[in-house]
Amino acid sequence: MTRHLPVRDIAVVAFAQTDHRRTSEELSEVEMLMPVLHEVLAQTGLKTADIGFTCSGSSDYLAGRAFSFTLALDGVGAWPPISESHVEMDGAWALYEAWTKLLTGDADTALVYSYGKSSPGPLRDVLTRQLDPYYVAPLWPDSVALAALQAQALIDAGATDEPALAAVAARSRTDATANSHAQLRGSVPQGEYVVRPLRTGDCPPIGDGAAAVILAAGERARELCARPAWIRGVDHRIEAHGLGVRDLTDSPSTRLAAEKAGAFERPVDTAELHAPFTSQEVVLRKALKLDDSVRVNPSGGALAANPVMAAGLIRIGEAAARIHRGESDRALAHATSGPCLQQNLVAVLEGDPR
Amino acid sequence: MSKEPVAVVGVGQTKHVAARRDVSIAGLVREAAQRALRDAELSWADIDAVVIGKAPDFFEGVMMPELYLADALGAVGKPMLRVHTAGSVGGSTALVAANLVAARVHGTVLTLAFEKQSESNAMWGLSLPIPFQQPLLAGAGGFFAPHVRAYMRRSGAPDTVGSLVAYKDRRNALKNPYAHLHEHDITLEKVQASPMLWDPIRYSETCPSSDGACAMILTDRAGAARAPRPPAWMLGGAMRSEPTMFAGKDCVSPQAGKDCAADVYRQAGIADPRRDIDAVEMYVPFSWYEPMWLENLGFAAEGEGWKLTESRVTELDGDLPVNMSGGVLSTNPIGASGMIRFAEAALQVRGQAGDHQVDRARKVLGHAYGGGSQFFSMWLVGSEPPDA
Repeated sequence: MTRHLPVRDIAVVAFAQTDHRRTSEELSEVEMLMPVLHEVLAQTGLKTADIGFTCSGSSDYLAGRAFSFTLALDGVGAWPPISESHVEMDGAWALYEAWTKLLTGDADTALVYSYGKSSPGPLRDVLTRQLDPYYVAPLWPDSVALAALQAQALIDAGATDEPALAAVAARSRTDATANSHAQLRGSVPQGEYVVRPLRTGDCPPIGDGAAAVILAAGERARELCARPAWIRGVDHRIEAHGLGVRDLTDSPSTRLAAEKAGAFERPVDTAELHAPFTSQEVVLRKALKLDDSVRVNPSGGALAANPVMAAGLIRIGEAAARIHRGESDRALAHATSGPCLQQNLVAVLEGDPR
Repeated sequence: MSKEPVAVVGVGQTKHVAARRDVSIAGLVREAAQRALRDAELSWADIDAVVIGKAPDFFEGVMMPELYLADALGAVGKPMLRVHTAGSVGGSTALVAANLVAARVHGTVLTLAFEKQSESNAMWGLSLPIPFQQPLLAGAGGFFAPHVRAYMRRSGAPDTVGSLVAYKDRRNALKNPYAHLHEHDITLEKVQASPMLWDPIRYSETCPSSDGACAMILTDRAGAARAPRPPAWMLGGAMRSEPTMFAGKDCVSPQAGKDCAADVYRQAGIADPRRDIDAVEMYVPFSWYEPMWLENLGFAAEGEGWKLTESRVTELDGDLPVNMSGGVLSTNPIGASGMIRFAEAALQVRGQAGDHQVDRARKVLGHAYGGGSQFFSMWLVGSEPPDA
């Protein structure tokens, strides 16, 4: 089956993120976001009024108030009025919406941002509110417990074991040493069990953070960036919500999204995976057919910093930044949403040949 | 570069009511989606992607409900996007879905918006906690009443105009089997005698709190050619946003609304909206917003919108019918309200609007707004394709 190639060349031309921290209670969401918006615009020399389309991702439940995104818009400086939209999802999906907008030709540049403050509430409890509200959410199964079910299923299937999971954690946090934005860096003890078989080290840190990227089409991208990260394809797929009807050791939605995004047409050299739990990296590596030749999560990944609603966009930004710096020629970026990798997005990015 | 033309080939909505205690959230959305599929004579397998919207998650108490709704909407194995742009979300959701078709990313897309407001209390869901908002500002009416008062002062409109709009919209709703409020004994005197809620807004000049969902099937040119009933063609669509509050903001006639309409008219080749557009479904949650938006959308000069209302131009049999369906004043599942406006516009140009059909409706505007009059989304649909 041949894939429909994008009708227009669109690239990530700039990326910025906060330093991710356990708490930022002295800052409002807008205050946390503002420096990132300024930084990403400064990288390109663009001003808000130059941007053709703006799209953001966030979740009211983290802020604990309805319409939390409306105030973030004030930080963008939406005057004169801007063409703008918002997804109640990770910013990776905001990037998808912006990408399709640029594909229509209605805009040549897009600003995409997302943010999440996990510190105001107990995140494990908050995320239970994502579950089926009639049959599952009333039981309050938390995000770590659900991930532990997935991890145990993998161990039972012989796909991994606890030492292998610990090795994923150690590699990620060692890599994060080079990432000044990461929340957890360097040698981190694997710790006690949180929910068997997952230990502290298998779980992501809880933190606050924001990220932003700028997209541009065609020649505009070359003007704004010395080595644009061209988006060769993006696709996302969702699976059934009920965990009982899914094979938790596999991720068919990731595999399908990767296929539709063209990830399997040629090998990638880098993969930024949104795997908040060590066990989820095992699932994603299999679904994406990544072998040891691929550099996985050189940023440290979500195990080093997992600001909810921004962590997926950061994966795309990190992959793009490696292309900008000449450290990668073809990279895969992945974002996830929902319990046990229910929804997955895959983007394929390439630099011009050197 | 050329965009793929976008056609509406299926529309479905639920009968909107105060509380649908007989269905879950999943049951509610599936009902609207199945009606849209039936209208288009398509099955779940024909749908390439799902784009869903609703207003804040706190209304039902489910965080990112698209995750839970994936199964009910046949989205398993497909892309599913969730849009949230406050009150304008129903319109924005349709536009995001339309972009997937226009960009040729997908051929046929199901778009749906819903609210099951009986699961919570919208009044307090909309009352943001201090310190985010000033005290004693309860509900949307508390926010918008001062802007209505500013409009009355600026335009010199007599204080009877608001009740005329409410009386008209509630009578129109009697012709729409899906409308929430069916007040068979409505009279102008009853509207005018209803209690004052947020001066100058009376009880009968406000929208109800509804449970409901609205769905549309959007498709490309090839999909439209296979459609069993006449499609509605998207001739223009746009979104605009501006900050909630700042010193330069005109809360009576926001610049973002004007810019959004101008963009839609440019795309659709509309030179004079009053002459070129046959009917309008606009987002009027409080009656006075009809004359206010008539001006903001360019159907009347500044300060003149109320004169169109007062001279019965906006009645169902008038020269520029507004809110033929009964509008938001008669049906308000908040997250769906914008999409209902867009869908009603499509029904009109398809000639499928039943008892509230306007004769010779060739070009109809669907309009939505949200936040503190800061988010706008609009589309203009026509009975003929854009390049015909």
